[in-house]
Amino acid sequence: MTYQPQKDFGTPESRSDEAVSLTIDGRDVTVPAGTSVMRAAAEQGTSIPKLCATDSVKSYGSCRLCLVEIDGRRGTPASCTTPVEPGMVVRTQTPQLAKLRKGVMELYISDHPLDCLTCAANGDCELQDQAGAVGLRDVRYDVQSTHLGQAKDQSNPYFDFDPSKCIACSRCIRACDEVQGTLALTMEGRGWDSKISAGFVSDNFMGSECVSCGACVQACPTATLVEKKVVEVGTPERSVLTTCAYCGVGCTFRAEMRGEQLVRMVPYKDGKANRGHSCVKGRFAWGYAQHQERILKPMIRKSISDPWREVEWDEAFAYTASELKRISATYGRNALGGITSSRCTNEETFLVQKLVRAGFGNNNVDTCARVCHSPTGYGLKTTFGTSAGTQDFDSVEDSDVILIIGANPTDGHPVFASRMKRRLRGQDGRPGAKLIVIDPRRTDIVRSPHIEAQHHLPLRPGTNVAVLTAMAHVIVTEGLVDEAFIRERCDWDEYSHWAEFVSQARNSPENLQPVTLVDAEDLRAAARLYATGGNGAIYYGLGVTEHSQGSSTVMAIANLAMATGNIGRRGVGVNPLRGQNNVQGACDMGSFPHELAGYRHISDNNARSLFENDWGVTLDPEPGLRIPNMLDAAVDGVFKALYCQGEDILQSDPNTAHVSAGLAAMECVIVHDLFLNETANYAHIFLPGSTFLEKNGTFTNAERRIQPVRKVMTPMNGLEDWEVTQRLAQAMGLDWNYSHPSEIMDEIARLTPTFAGVSFARLDEVGSLQWPVTADAPDGSPIMHIDGFVRGKGKFVVTDYVPTDEKTGPRFPLLLTTGRILSQYNVGAQTRRTENVAWHPEDLLEIHPVDAEDRGLKSGDWVKLASRAGETTLRANVTDRVAPGVVYTTFHHAVTQANVVTTDYSDWATNCPEYKVTAVQISASNGPTEWQEEYEALSARARRVETGIAAE
Amino acid sequence: MNSVERLIHMANQIATNLATDAAPVAAVADHIQTFWDPRMKKMIFAHGTDGLSPVAAAAIRLLAEAQNDG
Repeated sequence: MTYQPQKDFGTPESRSDEAVSLTIDGRDVTVPAGTSVMRAAAEQGTSIPKLCATDSVKSYGSCRLCLVEIDGRRGTPASCTTPVEPGMVVRTQTPQLAKLRKGVMELYISDHPLDCLTCAANGDCELQDQAGAVGLRDVRYDVQSTHLGQAKDQSNPYFDFDPSKCIACSRCIRACDEVQGTLALTMEGRGWDSKISAGFVSDNFMGSECVSCGACVQACPTATLVEKKVVEVGTPERSVLTTCAYCGVGCTFRAEMRGEQLVRMVPYKDGKANRGHSCVKGRFAWGYAQHQERILKPMIRKSISDPWREVEWDEAFAYTASELKRISATYGRNALGGITSSRCTNEETFLVQKLVRAGFGNNNVDTCARVCHSPTGYGLKTTFGTSAGTQDFDSVEDSDVILIIGANPTDGHPVFASRMKRRLRGQDGRPGAKLIVIDPRRTDIVRSPHIEAQHHLPLRPGTNVAVLTAMAHVIVTEGLVDEAFIRERCDWDEYSHWAEFVSQARNSPENLQPVTLVDAEDLRAAARLYATGGNGAIYYGLGVTEHSQGSSTVMAIANLAMATGNIGRRGVGVNPLRGQNNVQGACDMGSFPHELAGYRHISDNNARSLFENDWGVTLDPEPGLRIPNMLDAAVDGVFKALYCQGEDILQSDPNTAHVSAGLAAMECVIVHDLFLNETANYAHIFLPGSTFLEKNGTFTNAERRIQPVRKVMTPMNGLEDWEVTQRLAQAMGLDWNYSHPSEIMDEIARLTPTFAGVSFARLDEVGSLQWPVTADAPDGSPIMHIDGFVRGKGKFVVTDYVPTDEKTGPRFPLLLTTGRILSQYNVGAQTRRTENVAWHPEDLLEIHPVDAEDRGLKSGDWVKLASRAGETTLRANVTDRVAPGVVYTTFHHAVTQANVVTTDYSDWATNCPEYKVTAVQISASNGPTEWQEEYEALSARARRVETGIAAE
Repeated sequence: MNSVERLIHMANQIATNLATDAAPVAAVADHIQTFWDPRMKKMIFAHGTDGLSPVAAAAIRLLAEAQNDG
């Protein structure tokens, strides 16, 4: 396929059900009411010249190029701002229009550089196209004053701004306002002096509030805003649709290519998760895929004190299999285990758990979802019957009240946050949704342009359950429950038991205020708003799950939704915002040690025999070890070998000292990854991985949407990740013969009822499918629990607040909570190897001015952060975003190692670590801690490759 | 915390959080049966009920007996 940009219909789609028929250039067309004449023409294949219109933003009517003639109308109206009417007769090409358009274009070109041949947008420029379309051949104006010759703003690492090429169409400003919702851009000056400005005159793009989402670059019709990569290599020649490998939103992108070289990632307008939008990570931060630090050859070593030795794949597989067999023979089969990755595809994940269950002969398989959303699986399965969110992302368009708890969507899930913000701002006369934010920090969404949360409840970290129980208290005692819904859809006895519990005086907001630190009146008002404000939707993240009561909090959320009838239709629901791209999929694929694919317990004889018959093996009916249990068993000397695919447990898991002790106690640690990550410091075998650009498969996003990942280039390491696992399985003696990931998906569909209707062919046909995809729902299930809960009756569970065992005291008086930032992703292994470091070169410690003053600290000072588990140093950022008594940091940088200080307390039900609450002390520091120095030395030693040159 | 201490802590934590269940001992036993691997169960059976809350202790006894009967 030769390169074609995605079709631009000029103005946004109308959602009206009413159809309107009209005639354009003698041809009849029928479109929804509210459609512009421009879009109606585009729908029937007629291209009306345009410059200021694009279908991602509302019509503007400034360029005067899209003029048309309409029978019975005076003059020449702009087609972008004229809605269709029944029986309208439109002409888009007449001599009069041609003359007007040529005149308009002549004016534009009189103030535009004529360097088309050497311009980066040559061949992909709307101004150039329109000059051709109107037949402009000459510019008669002898312009004395122009806006040409201005300096470029090249401050952003991914795109340039060349004001001389700007035609002042405002598409970038409107994209920033309407699509992204940051409102970073404006037009300064008038006439010749008109100039797009990123804030103050002194601001450049980098210094401004711009979040580098790329919406302005996408909207720009000229080379004014253009990707640096296009400037460097030229325009693409083909494109392939694929799915982003960053967060759980799962944006669809066109990977635009030149041969096997990626030129740019362009958000796909028909992507059902992102609807044409992107963020700085997905659109721009893919440079890690070709980073020089990628390891491309397998490596082995006897001991972690030896340097690495590069080997061929055959030797690597033979050696790995012999080590695993040796350890199994020496210590028993339960000494082996594996960890699947939420960054890998469903097919790869499925194979790793199959290798463990069928090849290693035990159920010691877990996934990084253990440390993020395992409580979601437990909590939603218990209450609703399905371990997943209830809605699709589009649902937010029908929400009246949005409750965000323990999530920071503008940083963690930015593309969905933009859609949420659009609903919060209101649109076309429809008032915006109301917003409740429950978070210890004042996250960006609490107050951003045209958005102000009605209620921000800055709770003390660790008291989520108390806050939600207090909200339930208000809803029940003030008679705000949806009794009809509960009687019809839930177990009434369980409800009554729960209602009695939450109604107790000890659960009132006033009584719990000393614990939660949330103003009781504010909490009451928030509860009333959620219960009575119309469609109420709850969105939550790791601020809910990563607590000692993570599972309880998820169930408390489910209780609230059921009590108010906010389940089973658009605009409502319980929506976990998944951290990594395929957290949902990794959980679905049977990565947990107690569950087979489709969330069926390993002790379930029917489910197990289905797999046993298909795989021709006998499976152990007892659950295996979870990640923290594996590490404990390793320290005890009984767990000896770990296959770890695409996860860096040393950096991401809590209590680094304990993780490293566990890894150090193993005899065979196999790391399968792109880079020599931190875990690889303790590895004996390194199997190089492939990037999402180099393989086929599927990811499942936070809305249960299964989406294709397509190979656009040959794996630099030679094998796709599923091939590596298959070759290892073959070396272990397993008879696996998959020739393509589609065959793995066929097996998944065969063995997993909720995936019964999923296949690569179906996905190619429809783009994506939301499970369950069954005979009853062949096109998938955007909204769940519509007519009844999957488990039958919705289950109310009493969630009593139990304070965490992690206590503050005189030695550790502050509470540390951790989180993410927009420009970085998880442990930073990918984003730190891109230009995104320009935004976040180091992890900072946010500290309230009062706490900072008490300790004589100011922003930029080095501070020592100490907990009962360990200590590290980083620099302070004094801010009132955090409450007094609370400090906050991110965990994106290996140098900081925030997890040196986090403890191994965990969720009572799932062992999900309590990352969000650690008692700490802060003091001034003048250098790295002993741990940091020792670790740096260890890393340098551990990364030696026999050539003598360190690999990183 | 060594591994046994951690198991005691986990069992007590489960018992505390399931205290409001209609049948807390059965609920704790079922949770441990569902999510703990055989070695973890064996370790806590061998340890006995020292340091366990009454509900956790009863649940462990229940599981140990079922194991012996089975």
